Amino acid sequence: MQTDTHQPEQFRTELHDWLSDNCPQEMRDGGSGESAICWGGKRWEFTSQAQKTWLSRMAAKGLTTPTWPKAYGGAGLSRAQEKVFTVEMAAINARSPLQSFGIWMLGPALLKFGTEEQKQTYLPPITRGEVRWCQGYSEPGAGSDLASVQTRAEDMGDHYLINGQKIWTSYADQADWIFALVRTDREASKHTGISFILIDMASAGVTTRPIRLISGASVFCETFFDNVKVPKENVVGEVNKGWDIAKYLLTHEREMISGGAQGLTGGRALGAVLAESAGEGGLTDATLRAEAMACEVDALAVDLTLERYKDQAEAGRGVGDASAMLKYMGTELNKRRHELLMSVGGSDALEWDGDHGNLPADWLRTKANSIEGGTSEVMLSILSRRVLGLPG
Amino acid sequence: MMQNLLRTEEETMLADAARGFLDKAAPVSALRELRDTNQSYDRGLWKQMAEMGWTGVLVPEAQGGADMGHAAACVLAGELGKTLVASPFLSSAVIAATALRQVSDDRALRALAAIADGTATYALAIDESAKFNPASTAMTATKVGNGFRLDGKKTFVVDGGLADRLLVLARTGDDDALTLFDIPSDRAGISRTRQSMIDSRDAANVDFDAVKATGDDILGELDDAMSVLRPAIEAGQAALAAEMSGLATGAFGMTVGYLKERQQFGVPIGSFQALQHRAAHLWCEIEVTASAIANAGRMLDQDPDNATLAVSLAKARATSTAKLAVSEGVQMHGGIGMTDAFDIGFYMKRARVAAEWLGDYSYHAEQVARLRGF
Ligand SMILES: Cc1cc2nc3c(=O)[nH]c(=O)nc-3n(C[C@H](O)[C@H](O)[C@H](O)COP(=O)(O)OP(=O)(O)OC[C@H]3O[C@@H](n4cnc5c(N)ncnc54)[C@H](O)[C@@H]3O)c2cc1C
Repeated sequence: MQTDTHQPEQFRTELHDWLSDNCPQEMRDGGSGESAICWGGKRWEFTSQAQKTWLSRMAAKGLTTPTWPKAYGGAGLSRAQEKVFTVEMAAINARSPLQSFGIWMLGPALLKFGTEEQKQTYLPPITRGEVRWCQGYSEPGAGSDLASVQTRAEDMGDHYLINGQKIWTSYADQADWIFALVRTDREASKHTGISFILIDMASAGVTTRPIRLISGASVFCETFFDNVKVPKENVVGEVNKGWDIAKYLLTHEREMISGGAQGLTGGRALGAVLAESAGEGGLTDATLRAEAMACEVDALAVDLTLERYKDQAEAGRGVGDASAMLKYMGTELNKRRHELLMSVGGSDALEWDGDHGNLPADWLRTKANSIEGGTSEVMLSILSRRVLGLPG
Repeated sequence: MMQNLLRTEEETMLADAARGFLDKAAPVSALRELRDTNQSYDRGLWKQMAEMGWTGVLVPEAQGGADMGHAAACVLAGELGKTLVASPFLSSAVIAATALRQVSDDRALRALAAIADGTATYALAIDESAKFNPASTAMTATKVGNGFRLDGKKTFVVDGGLADRLLVLARTGDDDALTLFDIPSDRAGISRTRQSMIDSRDAANVDFDAVKATGDDILGELDDAMSVLRPAIEAGQAALAAEMSGLATGAFGMTVGYLKERQQFGVPIGSFQALQHRAAHLWCEIEVTASAIANAGRMLDQDPDNATLAVSLAKARATSTAKLAVSEGVQMHGGIGMTDAFDIGFYMKRARVAAEWLGDYSYHAEQVARLRGF
């Protein structure tokens, strides 16, 4: 398969053929819940041989990161080609071969702010699923007010010495590396003394303690840094200018969270999913049906908005602050959808791992969507200040 | 739904040109003046719209049109909506033009030319009760000799009080046997009563009492109104959605302006987070609706036989967004928002009329549900 072809139809045909030859049958179940995700990393245990095969075949083609440059392990697809890729993947109900914070967050930040050496070092292992990253932003005292992070990085001449605590670090106990915001200048104002640094989780002095979530899972942790030595070249961008990178990365995180919201019914109409969970006779309750219709209307329009903003990014006009809109609308919608799914399921949907799969866990998980990556309220504040130009 | 949803350069230029022209020629104060002098629209403005090629936006070039397509028609409708420009643009340039293009016989081509040069205006006479429901049409066209006899009552005939011609939907048999007639509005037996609508625009009750029609008056085929009417209605719904989206943007602009300007407690009211978040939420809704409008325009241009979902999605979204924009607009203006002297009320009244025209929120949400399989 040639990914650099300029003939759209040829590209589609070749991609189609390659996917049908190479996607293992077990990976064609459209699985998109937590259990279907392949996160990769040194400690990753593949759930099946098929999962492993699928990852290695896709990675070899650069298709775990379709739009990244080939030089760093991507497939170098254009936006138009990426659309075709999405459609062709959906056509065979293919699972995503790999998902990770490296793909969603660190990669885009390194592509924009990293040195050539950093890109060469860190990006290819992300595309191959060999190194798993986590995000060290939040601290007990720095949530929505992220710029007040206190974790310190002291300049020791040839390295930095890190001390402090992060919290809500998703998958810190599974990750190989962490990208973190640390304070490198305590005299400077809040936003100007922060650096963006890459830390090996295997370093001496790093410990993690999992926290149990309302869904019963424990996907996030407290992360402690106790005199952790980090080479100076691990700073991305300029020292004390980490806030710009932090914000840029957040726009990608927000897009990802809003996009993830769409995937939860696997691209199927909400109504069809609801009708299925409603069982025999379908969705007959008039109130629920009306709610579902309104939700579907909004979901389709939010999907189109994601498409429109991707088109805009492709045309060279960045998404910028509008990512706050995508995040806010996508996550609030996703919560609405899951409330509906729970209502339709009734008492059948109240059991952990019941007939409806782990719907309660998914429902509870969606509540975090409008908190993680910046809360809905913070999104609205960003929009009112930066887009509407309202004072304060 | 895979086309590029961004405006083309041509569409952007059209929008800019339209905005520049309308801000001078048809600001909201023009609507106020029309209302105060008991007029429905400004014929001089309509003539200018014809000269700029807007009335011919969907008319083939051979008939003197600009033939720019539905996405462009939506762009124009959006700009018209921002300042609540009153004109028969949707009825004539969008709905009638689209209907006539489905036929393309000599008579239809002449009619298209007359729309493009601004000499003929049309209205769609379809509703018979308080809700849009073409399938339940009761008005009859009875065969008499070689021709027909039309009897019945139409209501909420938008632009019907002044239109030169009427597109009339009448029953010619049981079930789906509906036929579309294209007749002059002054034909014997037609009586029109102007409705005093809250948006101050032209709408009429039209009574048909033994109105004579011939086979030549039929647009399309006997008993098959829908192959002509469905595309026309969908084009109208999309453009109306675009108008409402423009209306929401216009009301929103006024509101944000007021948030920055009005001082209470010694600060601009726009510094209160409760209002900031509501304004930001409204902006999000407007952005999301804009995507649905762009998609509807593209679908009508590229795959018109499968555009129903896109169009109903656009109209449903535009209806709820416009409602939110005007409600929030009035609330955030406080007392002044309730005064006739202030413009925001015009937006509220137009949004309510547009919400009902060509299918309300429930109608379109139901279409979406049906097409999405539930
Ligand atoms: C499942 C999950 C996974 C996460 N994963 C990670 C991760 O991997 N890495 C990481 O660094 N962080 C992670 N987070 C943390 C997340 O980014 C923070 O929880 C979030 O930024 C909010 O901070 P907080 O929890 O301190 O809440 P707070 O900031 O204390 O907010 C509490 C409430 O106050 C509101 N509020 C705060 N400030 C304002 C304001 N100015 N105006 C109006 N309202 C305001 C908030 O909207 C919220 O409703 C995760 C969170 C969750 C739930």
